[in-house]
Amino acid sequence: MRRILCVLLLALSPAAAPAATELTVYTSRIEDLIKPVFDRYTRETGTPIRFITDKEGPLLQRLQAEGASTPADLLITVDAGNLWQAARLGVLQPVDSATLKANIPAHLRDPDNRWFGLSIRARTIVYSSARVKPAELSTYEALSTPAWNKRVCMRTSKKVYNQSLVGMMLAELGADRTEQIVRGWVGNFAAAPFASDNEVIEAIAAGRCDVGLVNTYYYGRMLRQKPDLPVKLFWPNQAGAKNHLGGVHVNVSGAGITTHTKNRDAAVKFLEWLSSSEAQHLFANLDLEFPVSPEVKLDPITAAWGPFKQDGINLAEAGKRQADAVRLMDRVGWR
Amino acid sequence: MALTRWPLIAVALALPTLVPLVAALSSFTRLDADLWSHLSEYVLPHVLPTTVLLLIIVSAGVSILGTALAVLVALFEFPGRRVFSWALLLPMAVPAYVLATVFVGTLDYSGSVATFLREHTGLLLPDLRNLAGVSLVLIAALYPYVYLVVRSSLAGQGARVLEAARSLGLSPAQAVLRVALPLSAPAIFGGTLLAAMETLADFGAVSAFNVDTLASAIYKAWFALFSIDAALQLAGVLLALVLVLLVLQSRVQRARRVATSAGPPAQRRPLGAIGAGLACATCSLVVALAFIAPLIQLGIWSARNLRDLDARVLAAGLNSLLLGSIAAASIVGIALLLGYASRRAPGRVVTAATRTATLGYALPGALLAVGLYVPLAALIAHINQWLGWGLMLQGGLALMLLAYAVRFTAVAHAPVIAGLSRIRPSLDEAARLAGHTGLGQLARVHLPLLRPGLAAAAALVFVDVMKEMPITLMTRPFGWDTLAVRIFELTSEGQWQRAGLPALAIVIVGLVPVVWLVRHLDSGSRERGSAA
Repeated sequence: MRRILCVLLLALSPAAAPAATELTVYTSRIEDLIKPVFDRYTRETGTPIRFITDKEGPLLQRLQAEGASTPADLLITVDAGNLWQAARLGVLQPVDSATLKANIPAHLRDPDNRWFGLSIRARTIVYSSARVKPAELSTYEALSTPAWNKRVCMRTSKKVYNQSLVGMMLAELGADRTEQIVRGWVGNFAAAPFASDNEVIEAIAAGRCDVGLVNTYYYGRMLRQKPDLPVKLFWPNQAGAKNHLGGVHVNVSGAGITTHTKNRDAAVKFLEWLSSSEAQHLFANLDLEFPVSPEVKLDPITAAWGPFKQDGINLAEAGKRQADAVRLMDRVGWR
Repeated sequence: MALTRWPLIAVALALPTLVPLVAALSSFTRLDADLWSHLSEYVLPHVLPTTVLLLIIVSAGVSILGTALAVLVALFEFPGRRVFSWALLLPMAVPAYVLATVFVGTLDYSGSVATFLREHTGLLLPDLRNLAGVSLVLIAALYPYVYLVVRSSLAGQGARVLEAARSLGLSPAQAVLRVALPLSAPAIFGGTLLAAMETLADFGAVSAFNVDTLASAIYKAWFALFSIDAALQLAGVLLALVLVLLVLQSRVQRARRVATSAGPPAQRRPLGAIGAGLACATCSLVVALAFIAPLIQLGIWSARNLRDLDARVLAAGLNSLLLGSIAAASIVGIALLLGYASRRAPGRVVTAATRTATLGYALPGALLAVGLYVPLAALIAHINQWLGWGLMLQGGLALMLLAYAVRFTAVAHAPVIAGLSRIRPSLDEAARLAGHTGLGQLARVHLPLLRPGLAAAAALVFVDVMKEMPITLMTRPFGWDTLAVRIFELTSEGQWQRAGLPALAIVIVGLVPVVWLVRHLDSGSRERGSAA
């Protein structure tokens, strides 16, 4: 018994109180993509930043459980669904900042100002340059038609990127049409769903299927290693057809200030800096993502894919419908 | 130490495990009927049969493979036996999620080996991303649990027993089947139970194959359907499965309670030419598939990303080593106390406490971490509110070790119990008469006899902690990144090739205890041999 008490007491020992200006970040964006950004800020302003990485789910549980005792000042995470969920659980507080509003387009931030998109991740069509002509491609929705029977490869529906895409379809196309399209996709699968976007691109390259949906930075990274990859990228839904998504489906990585931060001013200053051109350049291009601000210069690899029209509906709409999207995908048997 | 204290100690050691268990059970008061009708219509009918089938295939696979290899190495002589006796333990250092990714990355349609075979020989490999594929990987990753425990149960006494059986006119096969295996039954079932629980808790390997099990459904309910309650309820279903396994195991152990004394090892029986060839080929194949091939692939990936070999990887390696050692020492201590409690004060209380303390192994790590962390953090938030204190549950090392203990006590418990069961109770009486009681008896009489079991327990815990990901992620203090954390970081953004380096480092650091264990086991049996 004494042993357990000892262990418990040790677990409870008060952590050293952080210096007044030190910021603490909980992040599901991994160290390699985030640390250079933190280091730059520390160098410029002298504000030290310490951080812990983990998956979104545990980070949210942790923030909730810690309540007012949390050491975290900011939460940086990926995907609209996670950001929406964080806001719903009340762990993020609204920030009214002219700088953030000016730097970040309205559809990429919370209508109630609790989270702000910092980089764009476009989920688009990739196709085999050997077996598909770009003229055959048009929209996400068209991949559900019989022309693509046994030619489609997709990642698992357990990945949040697919959940957000289907969530956005629910918001824009309604439940019936969305279910019909997603059912069509699943019927066209050439292989069981894959564990990663990389595998989808590799399957297309290896000739197992002809088209798939992936986030562009996976494709960009692979292109960097194999410039002669027989897979190309296509921007769908550019014509603005009725009853279709209004452009390329985009998602964000983003951040918010925690409800119980003790360093609100310093945290807001950091968040504003993250939306500045300088930070955006680092934040987005480190991973071949797109900056949220259209002013920022792109990495040559991403720039080569040309401009595209984004779906302009607010991402909160996708987050709100993520759980419904998952149920829909369960119903149509998308594993 | 008075007899009545043992039940108290056992109960105290089981308390931390009760926290997540109570969290799982109490979630049933918050059933979401709508969500459950979805789960029971579209999710459970698929994942439950898959989970049970996976459990059966992997359990059968690891018990047959692990036992067969242990019998070969412990009781028979064939070319390469000495090397295989330790080489067969090496796959223990390869995390299942790493092995799974390597298998998919090489043998799936667009994998390197599959592509090479298709383009140069026209050979089309069977589809791998299914139940059969993930079963194969889990068997390859988990058989060492059975092999290790059975091997140490046969070491020293097995060959002697076999000799006695032979002298009674049994053929070698009969002697193994009718004498050696029944003697090792507790070890076989103990090891298999560990592998079965690990299979239930596995999330990494099944994700790489995109095979949906109960564990994946738990994560789906939590991360995608945003219902931690539904996740905990599904964990309750998973615990029910574990209880079935535990009841099965206790039946077997009750039926097979045997105690033999350690003594001089007898000569191993040489195998004939064909038998020796087969034994050698089988062992080679297992080591090649489960260890050498994945090591080569990891080596190739690492070589492409050598720039990642920096101070950070070294620091992470050091953290892994340190955490593994501390955890191994403390958890083996807990297992020893539990084992001792059931020896000195057998009864319902101790049995229930032991069962509870070993349940944590079947819980998916992330859920266990949350089940432990959230109630504790909430408690502290309350205390702070009450007293105006500023306490923080900032993932202290102690909390991390507590979580490891909840998860891995089962791992240490199995070999310790197997060791204790082979010490005759009459020896306790003799020691008592000689004036050795309580902890003195443990130290002077039992510990020397238990050494192989304790070494096995420590090595298993060490390697498991090295490979552990979700608990480490959630409870590590600032700056305590381990090699597994590095793998998480790289793989969460799909950079598997770069994860090759930390994965290789895990395997290499994980080899340290395995090699240490092998030397320990061998020297242990030599000492016993010369003492006689």
